Amino acid sequence: MSLRLYVSGDAAAVAVGADEVAGALAIEAAKLSLNIEMVRNGSRGMLELETLVEVETSDGRIGYGPIYPEDVPGLVAAGLFEGGPHEKRIGRPEEIPFLKNQTRLVFARCGITDPQSLTDYTTLGGYEGLTRALALGAAGILDEMGKSGLRGRGGAGFPTAIKWKTVADTAGDRKYIVCNADEGDSGTFADRMIMEGDPFLLIEGMTIAGVATGATYGYVYIRSEYPHAVAAMDRAITTARARGLLGPNVMGSPFAFDMEVRVGAGAYVCGEETALLDSLEGKRGQVRAKPPLPAHKGLFGKPTVINNVLSLCSAPWILANGGEAYAAYGMGRSRGTMPIQLAGNIRNGGLYETAFGLTLGQLVDDIGGGTLTGRPVRAVQVGGPLGAYFPRELFDTPFDYEAFAAKDGLIGHAGVVVFDDTVDMANQARFALEFCAVESCGKCTPCRIGSTRGVETIDKLLRGDRPAAQLEILKDLCETLKFGSLCALGGFTPYPVQSAMTHFPEDFRAREPRLVPAE
Amino acid sequence: MASYEPWNPQRAVEIIAQHADREGALLPILHELQETFGHVPDAATPILAGALNLSRADVHGVITFYHDYRRKPAGRHVLKLCRAEACQSRGGDAVAADVAKRLGVPIGSTTADGMVTFEAVYCLGLCASGPAAMVDDRIVGRLTVGDRLDRVMKDVRG
Repeated sequence: MSLRLYVSGDAAAVAVGADEVAGALAIEAAKLSLNIEMVRNGSRGMLELETLVEVETSDGRIGYGPIYPEDVPGLVAAGLFEGGPHEKRIGRPEEIPFLKNQTRLVFARCGITDPQSLTDYTTLGGYEGLTRALALGAAGILDEMGKSGLRGRGGAGFPTAIKWKTVADTAGDRKYIVCNADEGDSGTFADRMIMEGDPFLLIEGMTIAGVATGATYGYVYIRSEYPHAVAAMDRAITTARARGLLGPNVMGSPFAFDMEVRVGAGAYVCGEETALLDSLEGKRGQVRAKPPLPAHKGLFGKPTVINNVLSLCSAPWILANGGEAYAAYGMGRSRGTMPIQLAGNIRNGGLYETAFGLTLGQLVDDIGGGTLTGRPVRAVQVGGPLGAYFPRELFDTPFDYEAFAAKDGLIGHAGVVVFDDTVDMANQARFALEFCAVESCGKCTPCRIGSTRGVETIDKLLRGDRPAAQLEILKDLCETLKFGSLCALGGFTPYPVQSAMTHFPEDFRAREPRLVPAE
Repeated sequence: MASYEPWNPQRAVEIIAQHADREGALLPILHELQETFGHVPDAATPILAGALNLSRADVHGVITFYHDYRRKPAGRHVLKLCRAEACQSRGGDAVAADVAKRLGVPIGSTTADGMVTFEAVYCLGLCASGPAAMVDDRIVGRLTVGDRLDRVMKDVRG
C-alpha cells in the first residue's frame, strides 16, 4: 500500500521552501524503501504554517507545520509517516479553530484536493453547479443568481445577477466572459490561492456565466506577478477541454464555451475593468469613460461580463445549492460569504472565508491573534492601496459593504493589512499618493497630476514649510481626486490619505524627514 | 537565471506570425519577444507595427506603458522586491535598505558589473508571508534580514 503525503504547492508555500521540502521527503522515503504518493495540494490558508505537510493515516490527515527543508530528516525520524508526535505536529488541520470556524463555500476544496485532478474536483461536488445550470437554462440561472444576492467581489459590490442579465438581454454576434484576475491590491491573495488550489472552480463558474448570458468565449486576465496561477489555469483549461467540459458542446449540451488565459504586464490600473478590456485588446491599459457599460459594449465592442475571480467562483455553489441557501449567510445587503485575507503584520495570517458580519476587531484580534511582532496594533488598512486606514476605535465596524462605507472606508477585495505601533501614518499617506502617481494610466488630470502634487505637499508639510497651509491643500486635493477622477485609482486614493489624516493627525506634523522612497 | 537569444529580426517575425491571428495579439507577442530576447528592443517596433497594421506610435505607446517590458537588457539576475503595504508592515523597508546597501545601488537600477537588476514590485500575493521577492523566476518569502536574505543574495551575486 502506498502512503499518501500532501505538501502544499501554493505559491505562498513554494516561497518558503515547499519544493525543497517535497524533495527532501521523497529522499527520506526512498531511504526507507517506502512507496509514497505525493500530492501537491493547494494551501489550507493558514499561511504561518506553510510549508504544511500532511500524512494520511487511519485517523485522517495529520498535519505538521511550518516545515523547512532542514526539518525533514528529524521529522521522518520522529515518525512523520505514521503521524507520530513532533513539536510541529498540529493534528488534524480541520480541527484547528482557524479552519473549523470558517464557512467555506468558495474555498471548500482548496487545500484538500489535488488541484489538477478532475476526479478530485467532481468527487467533492465539482460540476454539480454547471449540471444544474444546464438543466435550468439561462433564465433559471439568472433567477438563482438574483436570489443569492451575490455582489461583485472585486470591490465595487455591484449585483452580479444584474450584470449577467444586462449581457443576456443585449444582442451580439459574439459575447465574452472576462475574468478579472489582476489581483493587484496589497494584502490580497484569494484569487491567486483559488486559481492555484482549485482551478476547475473558476472554469466552471465562467462556463455557467457563459450559459446564462449566451457568451461563448472567456478570458482570464491574470497578472504577470502570478506565474504559478497562470500555469495552474493553463493546465486545468487544457484538461477541461480534453474532457469535453469546454468546447463546442459543453458536457454534451448544445452550449459552446471555451476560454484562455491572458497575462498582464505589470500595470496596477489594469485591475480597473475598462482598462483591463483595453489591455486585453492589445492597447495601453487606459480607463474608458462609461457609458457605454462593458455589458453593452465591452471587449472588442461586444457585450461582455467582467467579473472578479471570487464572484465567478461563487456561481457553482449558488447553482448547486440554490440562491436562497447562499443568501441565508451574511448581513444586510451583503449576502453570502467573503474570503477575507488577513495579511501584513499579523500572527495568524491567511485566508478566512466567513459570512459577512464579523467585526474588524474579531478578525484582527481574535482570529488573527494580533500582530506578528507582538506590538500593539495601530492601524489596519482594509481594501488594498485604495482602502482606508482604520484605528482601533473603529474595530467594532462589521465586515459589510455598507457598514464600511458609513465609516468612510471600503471592503474592496477584502484584504486586511495590519500595522503595529511603529507605523508612520504620514509616510503611508505619502506612499498611497506615490503609488497612484506610479500607476496612473494618465488619462485624467486629477489622478495623473494630483497624485504627484500630493506627494510634494506632504513632503513640504513634513519639512515644516507652512504645515497648516499644506494640510488644507492636501484636503482640497483629496476632494478633487475623489470627485474629478475617471476611475477608482484616482477616485479612491484619497481614502488612505484622508483616513490617515483624520484618525492619526499626530503624525502629520513637521519633523526630521525619515521617509523611504518607494520608487 | 534565464538565457536569452541575441536579437534577431527574422526570429521576431516568426514569433509575431505565431500569434497574429489571436484577438488582441500585441501583449502576448510582446511577452514572447521578451521571454526570447530578454527585452523588446526598439528595432522590434516597426516590425510589430507593420505586422499588426498599427502605427509605430501605438506600438511604442504600449511597450512603454507597461512596467514589465524592457527596452534594454536587464542584468544577469533580476531581483524584484515587494514594496507594497503588506510587506512594508512586515519589515520590508529594512530589507529594501539592506539589499540596496549590499548591492551598492538603489531600487530601480543595475549593479555596475551588470550582475543584478534591483527593482520594486507591487505585490506578489504573498502578503502574510512577506517580505517577499521574485528572484529571476523564483519567488521567496519571509525575507527578514538574516539567513533567508543571505541565501538570496548569494544566488544573485554568486
